[in-house]
Amino acid sequence: MNPSRPAVQCRNLRKQFGDGDTRIEVLRGVEFTAQAGELTFLLGPSGCGKTTLISVIAGLLDSSSGDVEIFGTAVEKLDPDARVRFRRSHLGFVFQQYNLLPALTAAENAAVPLLAAGVKPREAVGRARELLGKLGLADRADTLPSRLSGGQQQRVALARALIHGPKLVVCDEPTAALDHATGESVMELLAGAALAPDRAVIVVTHDTRVLPFAHAIAQMDDGRILGVDRTQRRTAPAHSH
Amino acid sequence: MNMVAWKMLTHERAKYLGLVFAIAFSTFLLENQTSIFAGILKRTASQILDVTDAEVWVMDPSTQYFEETKALRDTALTRVRGVPGTAWAVRLFKGIPVARTETGRFAQSIVLGLDDATLVGAPRKMVLGTWDRLREPDSVVIDRAGYLLLYPGQPLQLGRRLELNDHAVTIVGISEAGAPFASFPVIHTRYSTATRFQGLERNQMAFILARPTPGTSAEALCTSIHAATGLRARTSAEFAWDCIRYYLKNTGIPVNFGITIAIALIVGTVVAGQTFYLFTVENLRQFGTLKAIGIPNRRLMAMVLLQGAAVGAIGFALGTGMAAVFFDVFRQQVATRGIILMWQSVALTGGCMVFVVVLASVLSLRRVLVLEPAIVFRA
Ligand SMILES: Nc1ncnc2c1ncn2[C@@H]1O[C@H](COP(=O)(O)OP(=O)(O)O)[C@@H](O)[C@H]1O
Ligand SMILES: [Mg+2]
Repeated sequence: MNPSRPAVQCRNLRKQFGDGDTRIEVLRGVEFTAQAGELTFLLGPSGCGKTTLISVIAGLLDSSSGDVEIFGTAVEKLDPDARVRFRRSHLGFVFQQYNLLPALTAAENAAVPLLAAGVKPREAVGRARELLGKLGLADRADTLPSRLSGGQQQRVALARALIHGPKLVVCDEPTAALDHATGESVMELLAGAALAPDRAVIVVTHDTRVLPFAHAIAQMDDGRILGVDRTQRRTAPAHSH
Repeated sequence: MNMVAWKMLTHERAKYLGLVFAIAFSTFLLENQTSIFAGILKRTASQILDVTDAEVWVMDPSTQYFEETKALRDTALTRVRGVPGTAWAVRLFKGIPVARTETGRFAQSIVLGLDDATLVGAPRKMVLGTWDRLREPDSVVIDRAGYLLLYPGQPLQLGRRLELNDHAVTIVGISEAGAPFASFPVIHTRYSTATRFQGLERNQMAFILARPTPGTSAEALCTSIHAATGLRARTSAEFAWDCIRYYLKNTGIPVNFGITIAIALIVGTVVAGQTFYLFTVENLRQFGTLKAIGIPNRRLMAMVLLQGAAVGAIGFALGTGMAAVFFDVFRQQVATRGIILMWQSVALTGGCMVFVVVLASVLSLRRVLVLEPAIVFRA
C-alpha cells in the first residue's frame, strides 16, 4: 500500500446541540484521521455520535469548535457558496435510507451530481447508465426506485455517490437496511468502485459482518474516538468466511 | 435541474392533478364571479350606453341614476337648447307601465319615449323590423328578451298588439336592447305616444339628450349646461358610471358578490396554496438530499418556483378555458345575454393566481432554505 496521506483530519472536534438544561454534547473532542486510498470504518454503539461526526466532516453540520480538514481544505472556513461547491465536486454520499428521488429513474438519480454541476442531461444520464452497468444494473437503468429492491437502490445510490469522481465518499450505515448477502455485495462494490489512491471512503456502521472490507476501524463511543485499528485488509473479503 | 423539478412535480399524478385543479377551479370561480358582477353592474347603464347619437344627458339635479328620475319642467328643454355649444337637445321620456298581452300575460316594462321629430335614442340593433316605423301611430319597438318574456316560446313576429297601462299599441319592431338591470322588457316609442299611457303624472320628461356643436367637448357642454341652467348634465360615460357607482354604494350586490369572490379567493388560495405548500414540505427530504449533494439554495429556489409557475400556469389556463366555455354557452341565453368573460377579470384573476403561487412558493421555500441538510442521515 502507498505511504498514506491524511484525507480527513479532525482535531479536538466538538459539537453540542441545544443550550441550557437541554444542552447535550455529542462530540467531545474528536481526534480522527482517515487516510487517502483507504476504507475507514467508524464503529460504535447507537447514539454515540457517528452520524453527527460524519455530518460535520461532510460540511452538512457546523461544529461547535475544533478543526476539520478534507485533503487540506478547512471546509468550515469556506464561505457558504464555496462550501456547497466543495460538497458538490469533492463529496459523495450513501445513506441508510438510500434517499433516491422517487420521480427519477435509476440513471437519472445517479446523474444528479452531474446535473448539479451543469452537465447536459443527455450526457449526464448517459454517463450514469455506463456506471450503473459497471455496478451490475445495466438492465435497471430506466427503472424508478420504487420498482427496485433495497440492494439495487443502494447500488443506484452508490453510483450517485461516485459518478462525479469525488475525493471523499461518506456512507452512513449503507448496509443496515439490507440482508446479509445483499449488504455484503453492496460493500464489495463500494470497496471495488470507490477506492482509489487519491480518494478516501468513510463508512459508518455497526454491521460487524462487513468489517473484513476495512483498512482502518475507528472505534467511537460517547462522542470520542477511542482508537483506530489498522487491519491488514484481506484481499478477497467476499470469500473470507 | 429543471428536468428534475418537473419530474418531481408530476411524479405523483394525483397530487399534481389536485394542485392543477385547485388552481383551475379557483381561477374559474374568480373569473366567473368577477365577470358576472361586472356584467350585472354594467346592466344598470345599458339604456344609457344604448343611446349612441347623443353624448350628453341632462337631468334634474336630484336624479342620481337611470332608474329613479325626477321629471324636468317643460321649460328645461328650451333652456338647454339656449346654452352655447349645444348642437341640439331633445327630450326623453322614461316610464314603467305594465305591459299586457292579448292573452293576459303581463310584465312591468321600461318605456322610453323618443323625441317625435328626430327619434333620438332609438335602438340601433334591430332583430326584426326597423326603428323608423315608430313614426306610425301607437307603435312600439320591444326588445327580444321582453318579447320572449311576454310571448314565451312563440316566434318573433311583428304586428302583435300590447296594452301599456290599458292603452293599446302595436309592435312594429323587435330590438336587441342592452339587457336592463331588472329583467323588464325595454319598449321604445314616441314621446307623444308614451305620455298618453302614463296616466296620472302628466309630465314625464326624465332626461334631455343633447349633443355638442363641433369643436365643443361633451364635458365642456356639461359644464356649460350646468352653469347656465343649474341642471345636472353628464356625458354618457359619466352617467353610466354614476349608475354603476350608485348600485355599488346603495345595494347589496357588491356585498353579495364580494362574499362569493372573497370565498373563491380564499378557497382557491388556501386549497391551492396549502396543497402546494404540503407538496413541497412532503418533498423536504428530497430537497435535503439535493442540498447535501451540493445543489445551492438558489437552484432549489428556482426549482420550487418553476414547480409553482408550472402548476399555476397550467391551472390558470385550464380555469380560463372553463370560464371561456361557460360564458360562451351562457352568452346565448336570454337571461344572461351580454355577460361576457371580461379580459379585466382574466387579468385580475391571473394576478391573484400569481400572488397565490408566489406566496405558497415563498412559504414553502422558507422550509427548504432553512432545511438542515444533515437530516438526510436521519431515518
Ligand atoms: N439535531 C440534533 N439535536 C439534538 N440532539 C441531536 C441532534 N442530532 C443528534 N442528536 C443527538 O446526538 C446523539 C448522537 O446522535 P447520532 O450522531 O445520530 O448518533 P449515532 O449515529 O452514533 O447513532 C444522540 O443522542 C442524538 O439524540
Ligand atoms: Mg447514526
